[in-house]
Amino acid sequence: MEPVGTLHPSLLSQKDLLWHISWDKQKCALCGHCTAVCPVRAIELGVHRKREIPITLGLSEKPKNVYGVYHGIRQITDPAHACIGCGMCSLVCPNSAIYPVRNEETDKLKFHINAGGEPRRRGGRRNDSASVLDRIKFVRISMLTDPALDAGRHEFELRTLLGRILPPEEAVKPSSQTGWIPPVREIYPLIIGGMSFGALSPNMWEGLQMGVAYLNEELGMPVRMCTGEGGCPPRLLRSRFIKFVILQIASGYFGWDEIIHALPEMKEDPCAIEIKYGQGAKPGDGGLLMWHKVNKLIAAIRGVPPRVSLPSPPTHQTKYSIEESVAKMIQSMYMAWGFRVPVYPKISATTTSLAVLNNLARNPYAAALAIDGEDGGTGAAYNVSMNHMGHPIASNIRDAYLNLVKIGKQNEIPIFAGGGIGKNGNLAANAAALIMLGASGIQVGKYMMQAAAGCVGSEGDRCNICNIGLCPKGITSQDPRIYRRLDPEHVAQRVVDVYSSFDSELKKILAPLGRSTSLPIGMSDAIGIDDYHTAERLKIKHVV
Amino acid sequence: MCRLFAITSEDPISPMAAIRALNAMKEGHDGSGVGLFMTDLGGDLEPFKGSPILSGIFSQEGIKKLDRYMMELGLLTKFKFSIRPSKEPPAGTPKRDVYLIRVYEYPYDWDGLSEAEIKERLMKIRIDLRNLGEEDGSMMVFSFWPDVIMIKEVGDPMEIAEYLGLDRKGLQARIIMAQGRQNTNYAITLYACHPFFLQGMSTMTNGENTAFDPIREYLSSRGFPGYTGYQSDSEVFTHILHYTANGLGLGLDAYKHIITPLKDEEIKQHPDEAFLRRLKHSCRFLTIDGPNCVIGCLPDKTLFMVQDSKKLRPGIVGGKPGVFAFSSEMCGLEEAIPDRMKDFEIQPMKYDVAYVDASREEVKRWNQWERCTHLY
Repeated sequence: MEPVGTLHPSLLSQKDLLWHISWDKQKCALCGHCTAVCPVRAIELGVHRKREIPITLGLSEKPKNVYGVYHGIRQITDPAHACIGCGMCSLVCPNSAIYPVRNEETDKLKFHINAGGEPRRRGGRRNDSASVLDRIKFVRISMLTDPALDAGRHEFELRTLLGRILPPEEAVKPSSQTGWIPPVREIYPLIIGGMSFGALSPNMWEGLQMGVAYLNEELGMPVRMCTGEGGCPPRLLRSRFIKFVILQIASGYFGWDEIIHALPEMKEDPCAIEIKYGQGAKPGDGGLLMWHKVNKLIAAIRGVPPRVSLPSPPTHQTKYSIEESVAKMIQSMYMAWGFRVPVYPKISATTTSLAVLNNLARNPYAAALAIDGEDGGTGAAYNVSMNHMGHPIASNIRDAYLNLVKIGKQNEIPIFAGGGIGKNGNLAANAAALIMLGASGIQVGKYMMQAAAGCVGSEGDRCNICNIGLCPKGITSQDPRIYRRLDPEHVAQRVVDVYSSFDSELKKILAPLGRSTSLPIGMSDAIGIDDYHTAERLKIKHVV
Repeated sequence: MCRLFAITSEDPISPMAAIRALNAMKEGHDGSGVGLFMTDLGGDLEPFKGSPILSGIFSQEGIKKLDRYMMELGLLTKFKFSIRPSKEPPAGTPKRDVYLIRVYEYPYDWDGLSEAEIKERLMKIRIDLRNLGEEDGSMMVFSFWPDVIMIKEVGDPMEIAEYLGLDRKGLQARIIMAQGRQNTNYAITLYACHPFFLQGMSTMTNGENTAFDPIREYLSSRGFPGYTGYQSDSEVFTHILHYTANGLGLGLDAYKHIITPLKDEEIKQHPDEAFLRRLKHSCRFLTIDGPNCVIGCLPDKTLFMVQDSKKLRPGIVGGKPGVFAFSSEMCGLEEAIPDRMKDFEIQPMKYDVAYVDASREEVKRWNQWERCTHLY
């Protein structure tokens, strides 16, 4: 066997990578677009030496040995430049000569993305496309006594409430006896979940905001969007559009200096304040904006120096316990807006969710509870947190709802579900299933990136480089050369498309169930699943 | 679909009037059962207005159990009006021993109890008896309340009425509610047969309440022992009415706003905006999602009809001073009061509450766009 010299342990072949590049020499125009667009420089111009042996007929001439070269593409196998499968090369190729192909066996790359002892960090979701929500079916079709409702003709009121709702006995007292009445927002049940200005590019954020404003002001859909932890652009804070926005505060308090300073000049109250205690994608871990993305603008809004990584601490460091958080933080946030704005915590789904929920139930200020499941997306997190930490959303929401039923407070504290909803494209079905399990509303982030901006990330570990500012679609990049690929107007248009189609699909689910007057929160008799144990666990029908 | 008929009359009338009206509407129901609610009683029970009447179906063994139970509590029988059918029942109707209608006398130690306490005890006794009966099927109890009789059975309403001899002279009431079908969307049990009754209030419904499960869970978690049963999705209508009146101290107008609230945009234009918004928010889990026509009777002998928020069911109220009827179909009303004042008939629409109070002078109409006036 021929000696090949010393092989570095992390020297990988194309076969060892998760994605290999398939390139067709016959079709390639050698235009160079693919190498220029590749966000991780996984491909480069290759000058390939090739030996040819022309053989002529007959015996008069002997076969020759000709060395030639041809030009084309070479895939770099260095783990730092491993192809991420984004497919941008394919997108820009004029001749469809190139595309990434997924390795059919487990790649060896994952053993080596820890150079320098730094574990892999990435964006995206847990790399698992399985979904319990996708398997839930709507089985209680009104057939017996009803004229079926018509999704296209009948009136539907698909609204939910965000805010602490008084028990009826309190709510109906004359105003003189009720004292302070907690603020409650009547909103659309599909919320754009917390994705920060910083995690998202300015164009993406602007597109989402424009879409939300259009939905509210032109289509009458009270859609709300959460800022995530990254503050809010000063002009937005001082505009009328802030009422469509849920401001998030998290353990890094990024952006809150700007928000506090804007308080006296705010024309409208924000929709709500979300206190992030946890995130489904990386439970127990704080937010993370890697230095690549902290440019001057982001640094200014967040009140930090540019080009430093911004890890939020896992915990709110001024707080000792969840009880204290509830007691102090919720109330101080209420105080900032004169008790006119609902304040609620968001936690990552966990077996201890019920302890938090019970605590909130006892606090008259807690406006809601948002629970983010393990399939939630993130702009940056450790791969191990994303893939292995966290609790599935379905059973956590169900437990939380049934716990509220047990104490008779199912209408007092709305529960919002997030985390992987629509991860296989079935947004309306997943949302309806969670609502029927007991959620008052749904938060989606990654789905919006995929549907409204063309994010190519997937649970097959495709792309998922949101963390390093090189998003090939310009969604999570802070480099103007990249994010100008994304036109905010187009994003806004897509947001409107997504909401309009979601609305139609939700009606198509609810109409056959005979529901149109109110959101079917907790209508668990309408759903079933084909697995006995899952049905038992969720206390829904087992249907085969 | 269930056919509903209710009548309120100055002069006591036989339940046969209601049965005949159901029969006129027979085309639309499958004749699978009948439920009767009678109050403001006349005839033989007129003298016992203040005493609680137990209504139910008992086996001989059940009667013995009942007697033991009542004796222990000190409740003595004052008057018996029970029906013991001697004939063979119609096909499909089970043979029962006794359709019990028995008037009781309050025990001495109840003297001086508040009205609320007495109501609480009467309800508790009914629930206890029901639980006792469910152990061995020896008794089914439908109501235990002053001036109220309830009869329920499986079978064709007219055949059942003839079999039980409901045309007997002493059986009369000024208010009768009748429903003509067994429950079909859940298991067949007489406890699923409308009308339903709780502490002086009764309702019956047709259609399907698709929001049943969350409403049932919500009522069950109120901590009130009477919010139980729920063999039928229609039972929640009675309990929401009870919760509105007794739990919240509100009236029929609020009941309508609770089960079919105005839309958010509509509430913004309503003079009672703040109250209605709070009511809608706090009673979100009591919003029904029809199609339903609800006919009910309040403790003050007001009969009413309301519709779901899309008015997906028919329903008509009409009559003449002294006698008015509520019917799920016009032919039922036509059968009962052919000489009514037809110009004053009302077919309540989605915002309406149509009601006739105990004076029986006219059909009154209240609309959700009006200010809440605390009807009832």
